[in-house]
Amino acid sequence: MTALVEMRGITKRFPGVLANDHVDFVLEAGEIHALLGENGAGKTTLMNILYGLYQPDEGVIYVKGKPAIIHSPHDAIQLGIGMVHQHFQLVPTFSVAENIVLGLPSRREPFLESRRQVHQRIAEVSRAYGLTVDPSCPVWQLSVGEQQRVEILKALYRGATVLILDEPTAVLTPQECERLFDTLLALVQSGKSVIFISHKLDEVMAISHRVTVLRDGRVVGTARTQDISKQELARMMVGREMRPIEKPPAAPAGPVIELHDIWAHDDRGLPALRSVSLQVHAGEILGIAGVDGNGQAELEEVLTGLRRPSRGRYLLAGQNVTHASARELFAAGLAHIPADRNRFGMVADMTLAENSILGMEGQPPFTRLGMLRYREMEGHCSRLIHEYDIRAPGPAAFAGTLSGGNAQKLILAREISRRPKALVAAQPTRGLDIGATEYVRRKLLEQRQRGCAVLLISTELEEILALSDRIAVIYEGQIVGMVDPACVDIEQLGLMMAGAVKEVCELPPRMPAGPEGNPIEGRRP
Amino acid sequence: MSWDSLLQTAFIISLITSGIRLAVPVLLAVLGEIITERAGVQNLGLEGIMALGAFAGFAAAFTTGSGIIGLLAGVLAGMLLGLLMGYFAVTLKVNQVIAGISLVLLGQGSANFFYRQIFGVSQRPPRIAGLPEVPIPFLADIPYLGGILFRHNIAVYFTVLLVVIVWVLLFGTTWGLKVRAVGEHPSAADTSGVDVAGIRYACTILGAAFAGLGGAVLSVAQMKLFTENMVAGRGWIAIALVIFSRWHPGLALAGAVLFGLADALQFRFQALGFEAVPYEFLLMLPYILTIVVLLAGGRRGAAPAALGIPYEKE
Repeated sequence: MTALVEMRGITKRFPGVLANDHVDFVLEAGEIHALLGENGAGKTTLMNILYGLYQPDEGVIYVKGKPAIIHSPHDAIQLGIGMVHQHFQLVPTFSVAENIVLGLPSRREPFLESRRQVHQRIAEVSRAYGLTVDPSCPVWQLSVGEQQRVEILKALYRGATVLILDEPTAVLTPQECERLFDTLLALVQSGKSVIFISHKLDEVMAISHRVTVLRDGRVVGTARTQDISKQELARMMVGREMRPIEKPPAAPAGPVIELHDIWAHDDRGLPALRSVSLQVHAGEILGIAGVDGNGQAELEEVLTGLRRPSRGRYLLAGQNVTHASARELFAAGLAHIPADRNRFGMVADMTLAENSILGMEGQPPFTRLGMLRYREMEGHCSRLIHEYDIRAPGPAAFAGTLSGGNAQKLILAREISRRPKALVAAQPTRGLDIGATEYVRRKLLEQRQRGCAVLLISTELEEILALSDRIAVIYEGQIVGMVDPACVDIEQLGLMMAGAVKEVCELPPRMPAGPEGNPIEGRRP
Repeated sequence: MSWDSLLQTAFIISLITSGIRLAVPVLLAVLGEIITERAGVQNLGLEGIMALGAFAGFAAAFTTGSGIIGLLAGVLAGMLLGLLMGYFAVTLKVNQVIAGISLVLLGQGSANFFYRQIFGVSQRPPRIAGLPEVPIPFLADIPYLGGILFRHNIAVYFTVLLVVIVWVLLFGTTWGLKVRAVGEHPSAADTSGVDVAGIRYACTILGAAFAGLGGAVLSVAQMKLFTENMVAGRGWIAIALVIFSRWHPGLALAGAVLFGLADALQFRFQALGFEAVPYEFLLMLPYILTIVVLLAGGRRGAAPAALGIPYEKE
């Protein structure tokens, strides 16, 4: 029996990067095939080639045994290949139905078909796979999970027999993940095949029939999931054994960050934070867990002086800073690792030296008589590059040329070299590879040991669980619960993130661990 | 002249009639730019495209003696500059504001250059016959309304028809759905199998063809001659009216007629020797109206999300 899709010797070069190096990949009919690898391993590039978004420099693709030339997504769709991208490719102002029929011929060309007819046909497909969604609803009103359903529906409506999903669980709650997995299993049972891109081992173990591991653009190996262990996969993916992060016991002291009944609006003027009260003590990491878009961005901005709270009190080291500007907070000893590092963390068109003193540009030794002293700046920057192992040509290089990991290291270096009293770190490892992620996490723990109060906002549950001393769950702008990561029930946490459970009392510390032992190990993806 | 004469029926009818006629060139440019911008390309070159369209229309009508051929020549001139704009915006992905402004200079400059080369400079510029008035049977005889709506040249009727056609094209066809997707979220369109570059080229050329036709209507059907700077800011006003219309052909019709009325009023005040206000202020009327309209039309809330942003894969 010939394979459904066969990619042979695929090579793709980007300026300065070999993204895919003679990659072989075979998809059999009726399987869920996981494509596992770190960020930057070349998984998405390979699938973008299969979907016609990129052209390979070398290599051939066979679909059902026949050589296929895929110049554009249009060709891929014709061959029955559908792709759900990590960043959803939906037009927010269009309705669900409009997004689904976009680019397809109608039955009464050149005019669009009547809404009723289209809605009816969409309903048929969505019923067949249990993908319920209202076809007339504008996409911008949908939750992330619903948007993903629309993407899958869109591919199926186009007659896809091969469905590629790029990191589909990154934006979902644990419950939504379960639902997605049920859908995928239903798809496979009806004869479709799924390619599942992921860097999460638990998911791959739970859902896939076979797994292909990519590292640095090359295939490390392909295996049947039931024949391989998680540890083996981890070694294949990283190229070495993963060390669990060691966390010395916390020695929390007095409160440094104190929020009392903080309210704030979002950019559209809608309430985004509703009576948030919390404390972060010196020498502890408080993790804010939650699904993206539940007020994390506004909380980060209120804490760093980028957004005015409409009500409430904000104290930093006992000093009232409710209406302080970002500069005043900076001066009071607050450091900030922003979620959007390219917009708020650094200036891409300025040099590393200039970026390394942002915020300190008015202070000695970097300025004298109102003039910048470049030699001092470059010395400072060189020290940071050395100390924090930033891979960069030198202080005169432009910040925009740095990779994501090195840019983040530069921001981290600048912020913690000031020895802040408090640190607000938002999504500090988003988009970083495992090496850089580990580095950033260790540095955050170092700050905690030094006695800094660290507030960590992250949508990566694993990160929150690994680093935090206490976890606050945010849902629709409210802190719906405060839990101890040492004895948290992962189901409970998931329900809280989804807003299903509110008003959970603070768990007393040192409770016996749950039946599944280590919360990270026992977590169902 | 007194205020009373302004309120006489004959004056009002002639004012509205000529307001509608004067709205046509601007309306054509607005409709075209709506198509272009809906696909995410901002073509600020309308002023130059209209100028070249006006010259090409006049020259062709003068040579052949046919007003219709003149209008077609205007369309062709517009398409040529539209192709150039498409090349700048879609293929070269340059800054569209700068590309548009260079198109203004190119269009105006070449129109003036070719006019002087062919017709020379004289006190009495050559004139053409223009387009005949085509009253619509029966409807034209309705009192008041007949004169206002149904005694126009063919370009006026055709333009009104175009409002409906553009409306249906954008909101009722599969092609229109693709156009709007390309302007809102080009990568979503791309992954849905839509040819983003192709759509943007087509919309830029089509939009410029409309503007070229608008210029030709100005010279062939209205002034019946060509003079330098005869477009007189209509291309810029069209860009403002696109924002006022919220990228919708229906509102574009309203905006353009409003502008046409202001223009007609200004002409009449001058002709009647209305001395209460210096005529320079009257000349400003359409432009002041444009500013007012922009203030009323509000911010760019309804703009296509990817307007003016070149599409790069990843």
